[in-house]
Amino acid sequence: MSAMSELSSISRRKGKITAEEKKANGRDNKAAYIFLLPWLVGLVAITIGPMLMSLYLSFTDYNLLQPPEWTGLENFTRMLTDARLHNSLGVTFTYVFIGVPLQLAVALLIALVLDKGLRGLPFYRSIFYLPSLLGGSVAVAILWKQIFGTTGLVNQVLAMFGIQGPGWISDPSTALGSIILLHVWTFGAPMIIFLAGLRQIPVMYYEAAKVDGASTLQQFWRITLPMLSPIIFFNLVLQIIGSFQSFTQAFIVSGGNGGPSDSTMFFTLYLYQKGFGQFDMGYASAMAWFLLVIIGVFTAINFIASKYWVFYDD
Amino acid sequence: MTTKLETLPTPEKKSGGAGKPTNNRKARVRESRGTLAFSRAQRTKALTKHAILILAGGLMIYPLLWMVVSSLRPNELIFRDPGLWLSSLEMSNYTDGWSALTHPFGHYMLNSAIVVIGSILGNLISCSMAAYAFARLQFTGKKLFFGIMLLTIMLPFHVVIVPQYILFSQIGWVNTFWPLLVPKLLATDAFFVFLMVQFIRGIPKDLDEAARIDGAGHPRIFLRVILPLMVPALATTTIFTFIWTWNDFFGALIYLTDPDMFTVPVALRAFVDSQSATSWGSLFAMSIVSLLPVFLVFLFGQRFLIKGIATTGIK
Repeated sequence: MSAMSELSSISRRKGKITAEEKKANGRDNKAAYIFLLPWLVGLVAITIGPMLMSLYLSFTDYNLLQPPEWTGLENFTRMLTDARLHNSLGVTFTYVFIGVPLQLAVALLIALVLDKGLRGLPFYRSIFYLPSLLGGSVAVAILWKQIFGTTGLVNQVLAMFGIQGPGWISDPSTALGSIILLHVWTFGAPMIIFLAGLRQIPVMYYEAAKVDGASTLQQFWRITLPMLSPIIFFNLVLQIIGSFQSFTQAFIVSGGNGGPSDSTMFFTLYLYQKGFGQFDMGYASAMAWFLLVIIGVFTAINFIASKYWVFYDD
Repeated sequence: MTTKLETLPTPEKKSGGAGKPTNNRKARVRESRGTLAFSRAQRTKALTKHAILILAGGLMIYPLLWMVVSSLRPNELIFRDPGLWLSSLEMSNYTDGWSALTHPFGHYMLNSAIVVIGSILGNLISCSMAAYAFARLQFTGKKLFFGIMLLTIMLPFHVVIVPQYILFSQIGWVNTFWPLLVPKLLATDAFFVFLMVQFIRGIPKDLDEAARIDGAGHPRIFLRVILPLMVPALATTTIFTFIWTWNDFFGALIYLTDPDMFTVPVALRAFVDSQSATSWGSLFAMSIVSLLPVFLVFLFGQRFLIKGIATTGIK
């Protein structure tokens, strides 16, 4: 069903020719390529072409005005000693590896409470889902900036209890936390995937477990979690890929500079500053490829690790 | 990554309505009512659940409600009143905010609307064509292309953005909407191609065969048979494209630097950068205006959104 399952099934089917394909020895190449034309042009001109171009640019010094100048590995060696870049990696990793598990845990928890034929489910589902639609907008980032400001909503509430809260987004030790919280707040989309997954677990498993006297907690650990593990994995992969590319929230909340003291300087924000602030296009391209490699590596690790914890019921 | 996800509900297996889950739920509720009245323990459990959900849900949407209320309050209260009680309606935030930037806010809404409508049309046309080829036609290199298409779904935008920018700036397209629209016309939102492929696969092939026997060629089968049947997938595509494009900040930030061309997200960003501490009210007001279209789409298109997410696992 998912893009990932498609990919893996393609690699498994390799070599085998389906009956359908045998039957259709009269191929519709002409018609097919006409239908595919927009996509093919896009693939070459908007995706693969620029990818190769940025790979080339990553070995050059290029500022848009003069033609690119070949500098070999210089951009990459520069990355090794760029302290701000290292910091931005740290910020991004913190965001991804705290934000994603936290968001998925909340999504799963709410999905579990929502399952099992609860009255008013569509209503609750809408309430929980709404933030994930709005969360990517500049408007919500603006709201966040106010809420976690020195005199923002959070501190107003705290003041009612006599607590003087810090300026969450102006304090380097809490700024990233408030952006992570914004990510957790948008748990609605994975929650809906979890809900769909929970519905697929055959009721008979639970009935059998009940007959055997399994407690609710045991049922969760022994039935729900293993049966849901492919969905958890799917969410994990998607969210990690997406979170590495987060940009808008940190940009708006920090006023575009990744502050205070670079504490919300996401990798993508730094890339934007290098490429489109300083027009250091060569370096930005190298950074982009580095990001691609990072995402690729973590996705691969995810797939390898999944062999040990994802359970397939077949 | 195979079995479980393949059994997720797919749009094609259901025909309209609120779909299977809701029906299931209703059936289950009916069942439990039929057998026995709720026992005391069950009732307590249900009540606890409702309490948790109301609390959690309230916490979730409180910031949004508070923003709406605050936008209708005098400015200084935004920093003093965490509650939702409105003693008077202050519309000046809206009138001030509307005209706070170079152009009235409607100008940016119109720009956004142009980009959104263009993107929707682009995605609908280009993605459905590609999807038809992948789902129904046999051609050389099909598997390879299909694999590449799936991979591009996961490709980070940043890897292509620098050369894309160079390309579009050389054609003189910076500060036009073309850099935002042309990629949609060329089906680069591969995600929707995948969504539609899945959908078309669920349409019985007999229908194509019947049309072919009647002498219809591929363009005709596509337009007359497949397209009318894939309206739910087209609706999902429309709604997601709407929301993503309306919210898109990064693309607009890079390509639109002239205030004449600003879409809503970059206009808001200009507003937040220019504002002094006194104009939070009007900033909130315009933020709400900017969220309104998304909220309306959410209200009326929810079932397509939820189906789309459940079947393909996107945001």
